[in-house]
Amino acid sequence: MQIKAAFDDAAFINLIKPLHLSVIKKIINKTIEGLLMLSSTITTLTVLLIVLFLFKEGLSVFKESPLEGENVIVLSNQNKITHLSSIDIKKIFDQETTNWKLIGGANDSILLFTINDLSNYFSEEELGPNFEFLPQKMDSLIEANPGMIAIFSKKYLDKNHKSKIASIDNISPKSFLLGKEWFPTASPAVQLGVLPLILGTLYVSIVAILIALPIGLATAIYIAEVANPRIRAIYKPVIELLAGIPSVVYGFFGLIVIVPLIQKIFDLPVGETGLAGAIILAIMALPTIITVTEDALRNTPRSMKEASLALGATQWQTIYKVVIPYSASGISAAAILGIGRAIGETMAVLMVTGNAAVMPHSLLEPLRTIPATIAAELGEAPANGIHYKALFGLGCILFIITMFINIWVEAISKKRIKH
Amino acid sequence: MYKIESKNVNLHYGTFHALKGINMSIEKNTVTALIGPSGCGKSTFLRLFNRMNDLIDGVKIEGECLIDGKDIYSKSIKIDELRKRVGMVFQKPNPFPKTIFENVAYGLRVNGITHKNFIEERVEICLKQAALWDEVKDKLKKSAMALSGGQQQRLCIARALAIEPSVLLMDEPASALDPISTAKIEELIYQLKELYTIIIVTHNMQQAGRVSDSTAFFYLGELVEFDSTKKIFTNPSEVRTQNYITGRFG
Repeated sequence: MQIKAAFDDAAFINLIKPLHLSVIKKIINKTIEGLLMLSSTITTLTVLLIVLFLFKEGLSVFKESPLEGENVIVLSNQNKITHLSSIDIKKIFDQETTNWKLIGGANDSILLFTINDLSNYFSEEELGPNFEFLPQKMDSLIEANPGMIAIFSKKYLDKNHKSKIASIDNISPKSFLLGKEWFPTASPAVQLGVLPLILGTLYVSIVAILIALPIGLATAIYIAEVANPRIRAIYKPVIELLAGIPSVVYGFFGLIVIVPLIQKIFDLPVGETGLAGAIILAIMALPTIITVTEDALRNTPRSMKEASLALGATQWQTIYKVVIPYSASGISAAAILGIGRAIGETMAVLMVTGNAAVMPHSLLEPLRTIPATIAAELGEAPANGIHYKALFGLGCILFIITMFINIWVEAISKKRIKH
Repeated sequence: MYKIESKNVNLHYGTFHALKGINMSIEKNTVTALIGPSGCGKSTFLRLFNRMNDLIDGVKIEGECLIDGKDIYSKSIKIDELRKRVGMVFQKPNPFPKTIFENVAYGLRVNGITHKNFIEERVEICLKQAALWDEVKDKLKKSAMALSGGQQQRLCIARALAIEPSVLLMDEPASALDPISTAKIEELIYQLKELYTIIIVTHNMQQAGRVSDSTAFFYLGELVEFDSTKKIFTNPSEVRTQNYITGRFG
């Protein structure tokens, strides 16, 4: 019915003046144009909004104090120290630093005080039935002990306190980027050094590329230049299929096959290592590398290859003297795209690298990458807390790395077109 | 003995019969022009002699192709060895994106020649033979892609000469060039005849008349007529040849 009606309409339009027809056409064209513009605008805006949101959340980590909750650190006025960094606090409360002179104070041993230690100093009667004397008592206790460092909630601070509140640095970009300790839930001060995660990401990705590039290059050369059409018709779709396997399946495969294999070969206590991650990532980056490299190789003009062959060069000489140099930029683009794929990969790496957020010293130790950290910890980080913001900060770093990779690829491809 | 001979050569691209029983004998140190309308098989015929057709899938070749009396399609012939003896210049200038020097040296290098002085000497000789030396001698280390189309084509000729072939195949070598460059190439062909046996495919009747000693007219995969250039252009024995060279078809 509808089709018929439309048909009738069309017939009707044909009968009336062609002028109307052109007006209708114009309207249709304008509408389509408008819709196209709208969809592209929405897409662009969405991307911008996501980036904006990421950076707004991520950068707000630098406004946070590393102290958890509403705690304050209180010192005696006789103590020369007025200022403590997050790492100092951690070391003091882990009892790694036990003397004030190690952090620039007097030669006096450090005495820790938390609210749990109350009973060591005061009886319940002294504090009053409703702990109303607690702030005052603690204040005088701290003031009397120059070596004491106390941490407690702000609400227990005496309004007329004589002891001083130590100033604590906010998380600084430097300590965030170069810090070597990642303990986002540590007490009393969180440690947000992302260097181990950045290094973990880079190590795994770079080793993955070192594995994948030679294999990918060899495969691409075989498919593009050597294999006969029938073999190419089988290999190419199979390799492209590799790109379609969900990453969790790769992770599962890695966990079941590669991890035990590495554990056995290198005789390790655990097989979940950076190497396992690199191998899985290499397999996952292969389809990208092979497809892009093969396209680049096939883009070598036939005339170049013919010129080489006509001069008596063998097929191999032609491949490494003409075809590979000619597609060098395409091959580098393939490598960088492969790195990009590896850096952003989350699930498979999360499953096989062991997830230890420590400075990676060798690929045979567990390590942790940025995406894996975000995926593993976001669920347990309280919204808008410092941990949550730090994870967004990690997201920003990842975004910046991949953006640089994309710019790099773009620059190389532009060079290729000029060429 | 003839330098180049084809004896009853048939060539099929899949089901397409591209060359039909071609017999031709070419003397040493002559220029032979292959003419005919597009798709008549003249380029395919040219590419028989350095086995460039082998690169195409589904090609079937029957008959005998002889150079210096030896069948170049016999199993004992190595293709890369053959191509060292039979140089080729293509329709479009196709220098490698390397320096001018490296372009000419390429053929020597892939043949395992590493002697620096020898290579330098050969490059100079070939660039002189190709009448390009004076124009490029100060910029041998510059990219070949920066040369003009005509210079690039002469560079390609120099490149083909570097490995000292005895036969030179030219597939419309001047079709992408301006008249001045074309004149230079033609002059070059005339001089190169002293040293090489040349087969040239051309769409340009005047060019065929100017440069060649004998001319072969191909039509729909057949060799219609093969004779001295003078005879073909003044008194062809076939009507089809007459019609083609006078521009009545093709």
